[in-house]
Parts: sequence; structure tokens; C-alpha cells
Amino acid sequence: MAGDLSYIALTGNLGAGFKEASLRRGLERPISFIGSDGGSTDGGPHHLGTGDWLWGQAAYDRDLGLAVEGAGKAGVPLIIGSCGGSGNDTGVFGHAEMVDRLAARVGLKLRVACITTEPDRSFLVEKFKAGKIRALSGAPEIDEHTFDLPGHIVAMAGVEPIQDALDGGADVVLVGRCADAAIYAAMPISAGVDPALAWNAGKIVECGVAAAENRSGQDSMYCAFEGDSFVVEALDPALRCTVRSVGLHTLYETADPYRLTMPSGTLDSEGAVYQAVDDRRVRVTGGTFARAEEYTLKLEGATSVGFLSSFWGSISDPTIIRDIDQWMSTLIPHIHDRLNDAFGAPYKLDVKLYGSRSAERPAVGTDGQIVIVFDLVAESQEAATAMTRAAFHVAFHWPAPEWSGGSITTFAMPYSTPVSDRGEVFRFTLNHVAVLDSPDERNAIFDITYQEVGST
Amino acid sequence: MTDLDELCQNFTLVRSKCAGPFMLTIDLMFTDAESRERLVASGLIAPEAIATLYGVDEAQVQVFDIPTIDAVKISFPRQIPSSDFGDRDVSGGQLYARLIDALTGEFR
Repeated sequence: MAGDLSYIALTGNLGAGFKEASLRRGLERPISFIGSDGGSTDGGPHHLGTGDWLWGQAAYDRDLGLAVEGAGKAGVPLIIGSCGGSGNDTGVFGHAEMVDRLAARVGLKLRVACITTEPDRSFLVEKFKAGKIRALSGAPEIDEHTFDLPGHIVAMAGVEPIQDALDGGADVVLVGRCADAAIYAAMPISAGVDPALAWNAGKIVECGVAAAENRSGQDSMYCAFEGDSFVVEALDPALRCTVRSVGLHTLYETADPYRLTMPSGTLDSEGAVYQAVDDRRVRVTGGTFARAEEYTLKLEGATSVGFLSSFWGSISDPTIIRDIDQWMSTLIPHIHDRLNDAFGAPYKLDVKLYGSRSAERPAVGTDGQIVIVFDLVAESQEAATAMTRAAFHVAFHWPAPEWSGGSITTFAMPYSTPVSDRGEVFRFTLNHVAVLDSPDERNAIFDITYQEVGST
Repeated sequence: MTDLDELCQNFTLVRSKCAGPFMLTIDLMFTDAESRERLVASGLIAPEAIATLYGVDEAQVQVFDIPTIDAVKISFPRQIPSSDFGDRDVSGGQLYARLIDALTGEFR
């Protein structure tokens, strides 16, 4: 057992921030590595579909700059998972360019491992034909064609590719799509820490200080393995991790409170014991890790469904609000007539009402005002814009049941011009795992390349 | 005290979130063990009730009673996956409100 291995979990999301003082405090302690997650599917399929990153360049520079300098000067690896948000290959190489620039700025020369996680589509098609693509709960229907759709598919890395990169001498490991906890479990497991402890610790710290009772914004956690336990602590001395806050955090954004399925097996933390060390540190023991008979990789995919344009407005007239279902029931067919007459191109229209207590179209909110949102998806942005402008004009002056004798305006528009173009929109295509013939087959998916970066 | 006030006295936190794009999970964190036990025993959050409330298949609703931290977790596949056409809540962060509405006046 590696008695004194410890690490800093920098932030729940690289680019979302952390306190510089917290990192400094962590760097005063013995550490074996610094890790940070960079990914999330919370924002929907846009980032995977486009490759756009979650945050702005300055936000990445700030967080990654401090991380590169801190890890580089401490001489410990820096491990970043799900680079850019979705873990697209472009995010990985984009992060390598940032590390190059940021390392040079502080006079560091570093060996960077880039682990790409977008499988060859032909590999996935072969797996599908062999019956080795398995649906997870709530998965959409798929067929062979699913793997030919434009957009991106990523496979979620576990600890093994990270361990490979560390074995390859990497100072910085940049991973495409990566299981959050794997960022933190890879090095401890290599060092001989009980996998149940390593995975459970990773699961607790992967959102940074979200496991603290009085969290306020993103910040850094510290985790130390001690014998058959680990201790978690927020690096801001004002923040407290309690038995309850840590226990509650293990529930966060996971369907099953105890079981965490990874490529190589499943953590079961139901038997884990959480004990207070003092009023701001928690010691965790127990839990089990069952090694799986099959090595599986979770797949995520996103493909385009078209281009979206929207407009919205607020309705305050109590008579229109009272008669909203009647108003909508004549308006919507008329919009379809207008669009089919003028454009003759395919589209999908979705009308959302907010603040309505309508029985037919219930929504959350307060009485007194309704917000109406029109969303239209078409095959090009130009078509979506044109059709949404036409729909806007129909709705804007559509007669209300109570009034007659003149043209009316039925909602207040907050912007000039009212129609906004929201660009290409995507849907998630996969909630599946690929079953590999052996763990070594991962090398067909995860490509590791090394770059020497920073000061020359 | 309103029905909503009375309901909220039982909880320190009620929240919902996507657990991946295709699953929704609701966490109920109770003020004490008595509240947790009473709600679980009431049947108001049984899989059948949740299935009706969220329009999903009862067999796919999982309810985890977690006495060690006085919490209950409820998980099920989303009716509309995150961001699919027609989705109103990409991260699922307000979808617990429907449960609050259903429990208000029914659970004190």
C-alpha cells in the first residue's frame, strides 16, 4: 500500500476557476500529482457536436497557467480530463498548444502526452456488427447508420490510458473524453492503492469543493491516502467537509448512489464508512471494487439536427392569457400554412409557454405574465432565419379572441431584431458501451502522442 | 404556515440533475430520519407514483433509500433526452419542481 500518496483536485472544471491561494496551500504539502476535470455534458450536445470549448480563452489561460506552473515547479504530473468540455480530439491538441505557451512563459520545459478518444468509425461499425455495442439505461435506438452520422463520437477513457501516458514519462497528460474519477484514480492505482479507495476518492473530489458543506464557487480539494483510508479536505481553510456533505456529494449527478461503472470494473461504495477527522476533514474507509470480466468503454455521440432560430416575447393582456389555448389553437395552424406556402422547405416548430397555468400547456412560473418562445429548426441557418421571421410576424399580430375591429400586437418583444439565430443544433446519439475483446484493444481507440513543449 | 412551508420543513435540499444525457436523478435530503421514513412509508415517492408523475415506465424508476445520510435518490430515464427537440431543461435542474408540486398538501 502506498502510504503517503496525495494529490490536489484543482477544480471541478478547468476554466471555471479556483482560488489561487488554495493551490498555493496545496503546493506547500507533499503531493504526487495535480488533476482537473475539464468536461461536462450538462450543457447538452453542442460542445461534442461542434468541438467548441466550454469557457473563454482567458479563463483557460488563467486556470491552466497556474496549474502548469504549480505542477511543473513541484515536479509532479498534471492530469487534465475531457479537455475543452467534450473531449474532442481538437480539444486535446488545443490544450497542448496552451500548455506549450503557458510553460514557455514561466520557463518550463515539459513532456506532454495527448490522449485522443475519438474512435475510428469503422472500428465501431465492426463492434456493432459483432454485437459488441451494448445499450445502457435510457439509450436511444441505434443501427449501423448511427456510426456514419456526421458529428463526433468519443469513448470515455478509464485509468489505463492515463497510466500508459505516465509510464511514457509525461509531465502533463491531456485526455480527450475521460471518466472524471479516472483522472484521480490512475496514479494511485498504479502506486498500489486499493482500487476501491482510489475510485471512491476520485468520485468525491472530481467536482472540486462541491463535497464541502459551505461551498461557494469552484475551488480545490486535497486528498491523502493513509493506510487503508483516505482523507479529503478543502484547501480553503474556511470550507468544511463533513461526514454529511461528503456523503451527500456521492449522490451528485449519478443515477446510482453507490455503484460507479468504469472500463475495468465497478466501484460499490455502499459499505464505505465516513468519519470526521476534525470539523473540516473526513476520513473514508471501505467500499469494494469488482473487476469486470469484460473491458467496456462508454460511448457518447452527437450529430446535427439542423439550424435553430428563435424569438420570444411576453404577454401581459389578461384576456389573451385567459384565452391562451384558443389563441394558440388558431395561430399555430396559420403559421404552418404561411411557412408551407412561402418556403416549401422542411422545418420543425416548437412553441414553449412559460408562466402559463394553462391546463393544456402547463408550465412553471408565476401568474400574471406569460413568456412565449418560438423555436424553429431547418436545414440551413438561412432557411431557419427566414421562416422564423415569417412566423414571428404572423404571431406578433395574431387576433385575440376578446378583441375585434383593428390590428393588435399580442406580445412585447424584448429585442430589436426579435429573431435570434442560434446556429447548428445537435442531439445525443449514443448511451452505449463498446465491449472490447481485451483491455489491450483500447490501443485501437486511444492514441497517445508525446510532445516536448515550453521553453526551448 | 402554508402547505409549501410545511412540506419544506422536512428537507434541507431537494434537487434534480441529469445523470448523463439520458437519465434524470432527483435527490431528497431530509431534515431528520423521521421525515425520511415517513415519506418513504407514505408511498408518495414509490416507483408507481414517480412513473405517473414523470410519464415514464414504472419498471425503470429506481428509488434508493439511504438512511446513513437521511437521503433518498430517485432515478429514471428522461422522457425527452437532454437537448432533444422539444426539451425544456437541458441539464434537468428544475425538473424536481413537479415532485414538489405533487407533495405539497399531501406530505407534511
